[in-house]
Amino acid sequence: MTPTVVLPVIIGGLYAAGVYLLLDRSLTRVLVGFLLLGNATNLLLLSSAGPGGLPPILGVSEADEMSDPLPQALILTAIVITFGVAAFVLAMIHRSWALARNEAVANDEEDRRVAGRHDTDADELDPDELAPEDRPAGHADSLTRHRRTEAVADDVDLPLTEVRP
Amino acid sequence: MISVLAPLPVLLPLLGAACNLLVGRHPRTQRAVSLVVLTAVLAVSVALLLQADESGATAVSVGGWPVPLGIVLVVDRLSALMLVVASTVALGVLVFAVGQGSADGSEETPLSIFHPTFLVLIAGVSNAFLAGDLFNLYVGFEILLMASYVLLTLGGSAPRVRAGVTYVVVSLTSSLIFLAAIGLIYASTGTVTMAQLAIRLGELPEGTQLLLQSMLLIAFCIKAAVFPLSAWLPDSYPTAPAPVTAVFAGLLTKVGVYAIIRTQTLLFPSGALDDLLMWAGLATMVMGILGAVAQTDIRRMLSFTLVSHIGYMIFGIALGTAAGLAGAIFYVAHHIAIQTTLFLVAGLVERQGGSTSVNRLGGLATRSPLLAVLFFVPAMNLAGIPPLSGFIGKLGLLEAGVADGSPLALTLVAGGVVTSLLTLLAVARVWTRAFWRPPTQEPAADTAAAAASDAGPSAGEPALVGAGAPSGDGQPTQRQAAWRAAWERHEQVATAGTGGSAPRAAGVRARRPLPRVMAAATGAMVVVTVGLTFVAGPLYGYTDRAARDVLERTPYIDAVFGDPVPAEEGE
Repeated sequence: MTPTVVLPVIIGGLYAAGVYLLLDRSLTRVLVGFLLLGNATNLLLLSSAGPGGLPPILGVSEADEMSDPLPQALILTAIVITFGVAAFVLAMIHRSWALARNEAVANDEEDRRVAGRHDTDADELDPDELAPEDRPAGHADSLTRHRRTEAVADDVDLPLTEVRP
Repeated sequence: MISVLAPLPVLLPLLGAACNLLVGRHPRTQRAVSLVVLTAVLAVSVALLLQADESGATAVSVGGWPVPLGIVLVVDRLSALMLVVASTVALGVLVFAVGQGSADGSEETPLSIFHPTFLVLIAGVSNAFLAGDLFNLYVGFEILLMASYVLLTLGGSAPRVRAGVTYVVVSLTSSLIFLAAIGLIYASTGTVTMAQLAIRLGELPEGTQLLLQSMLLIAFCIKAAVFPLSAWLPDSYPTAPAPVTAVFAGLLTKVGVYAIIRTQTLLFPSGALDDLLMWAGLATMVMGILGAVAQTDIRRMLSFTLVSHIGYMIFGIALGTAAGLAGAIFYVAHHIAIQTTLFLVAGLVERQGGSTSVNRLGGLATRSPLLAVLFFVPAMNLAGIPPLSGFIGKLGLLEAGVADGSPLALTLVAGGVVTSLLTLLAVARVWTRAFWRPPTQEPAADTAAAAASDAGPSAGEPALVGAGAPSGDGQPTQRQAAWRAAWERHEQVATAGTGGSAPRAAGVRARRPLPRVMAAATGAMVVVTVGLTFVAGPLYGYTDRAARDVLERTPYIDAVFGDPVPAEEGE
């Protein structure tokens, strides 16, 4: 048995490309990245069967010349699951596009608000006494601000507000 | 007998889901089917628990295929206990959801998808608990994840799609790591049956073992939200509808914890990564609770305490002693019930106060004393106030840590005490601000827009976020008209509790009665959590036996292979 170099190289390449795409903010790239990773994993499962052999059908080939059927069954299951999840992600991309004309991963507003709090413990105060950017998301006076930050930049460190009155 | 019962917790919900899809237009039938199915699953689980406690672990070969070839379901004390707690919680949440559906008057679309998906979720959870081989465990995870994707993005509003993206991408990554680990395990051992792996993995070189163990551990730690891998949870859970968040918080992370217990004890008993797990447990406890203290939104606070308390379970598992594991298993059972209950209460608070932000709530204790009690009891339980079950679970874990005596274990004991105190601080702040504060101190300028945009994302209907959004694309479609109608309904719902813009006398507010079914379901869950305190003695004895079983490993392996231990062990 001679170990093949081709399969590990392909698997490694697919994993690298998949991880790179998965880290992107655009959802379509994330989806493509996920598909690449799924295929890489399927190839990994395939290679776990050892060197290829004859089709594992009783009566067609001898038992010791057959390739291992179990990983193939596992791969089939994994393909079906990947397919279903990919369809769901596509639906989410479509929904995200319909809602915001944008398919990038959005910021978590509440998280930004908590992270951006400073000076005093803001929750000890009445929201109306707070500076507008410290108010809870969705507070009446802060709605305009939220509309301004809706467009999502490509970098992660988006400043919450530019101006402080 | 048991060979008939064991597959039922998986089969019944799947069949029920199919029925529910068929009768999608008859919400009454759907509700009846779901309730009957989950009650049956609960009954079956209790039967399995009694059986498992009496006669130990039992394996069932599905379809009669001999063991290393076919699929095995294994019922032992650990998995039976998990099944019982999971189905109890699922039933409670389902009743709550039914109550919410009828209280909101939104009995038709889009919630007709809720019942079948919920049942599929329970089928996946049961399958993961019963799985006797790694690949079946993977399939169980995928079933429950697929269902959870749908439930988390129910209604498809913008905040939910945002949360869903985070959740889906993180879950996908962990699933792929798990699947790759299965591939590598199969390549190195030639099997995926856990009982067989328990024997064969020990024969591998140590480096290979460590690699496989860490891959599985990373995959499960993402699912269980252990610290460096936990950031997705508080980001994605809070936006979902209340019953969905409740069942996610209770069950999904605990399935990850269960998988960690199973693989750490059965497959990798050497404990090579125990010290690392200890540190992870400490970091999870401390970082989680620091996050919780910083939050002002009740649901987000609860999500952070959920992460934080996973640390206790990891601590117990990492100790690797029978006492530590018994404490961890008890804590899992306690925490499933308590966290679900608290999220259900948060759902009620949102209905009653129109918000889950403690900045906007106030005077709930006078307006709704029942709600106050429903929050107070589980909150104190979560913080570990004696004599409640949270105290017993924490005490058991701390005792196990002290008995271990290593400096690292003692550090974790200290960390556990600090975490418990900070949990008390976090829930006490919610209590003083949302419940105890006189209503007059409430922010007065609580306008309709603010309240509505608060209630919007979680009222089970598509909401327009940012209130001004529809002007964006400028083509008035039918869907936008539907949205607008939904939006107006929201404003009515959201402002009904706050008195809207109508002038109101100081401190006098319209009293809305709590929806009866929802309150009853939450009350029942509170009773269950308090009941855990009363049965704590027997339950702790049971978890102790379960811990000994999983540490010994032989009951599990013998159950799968039948009594004569297979020849490989002699080699």
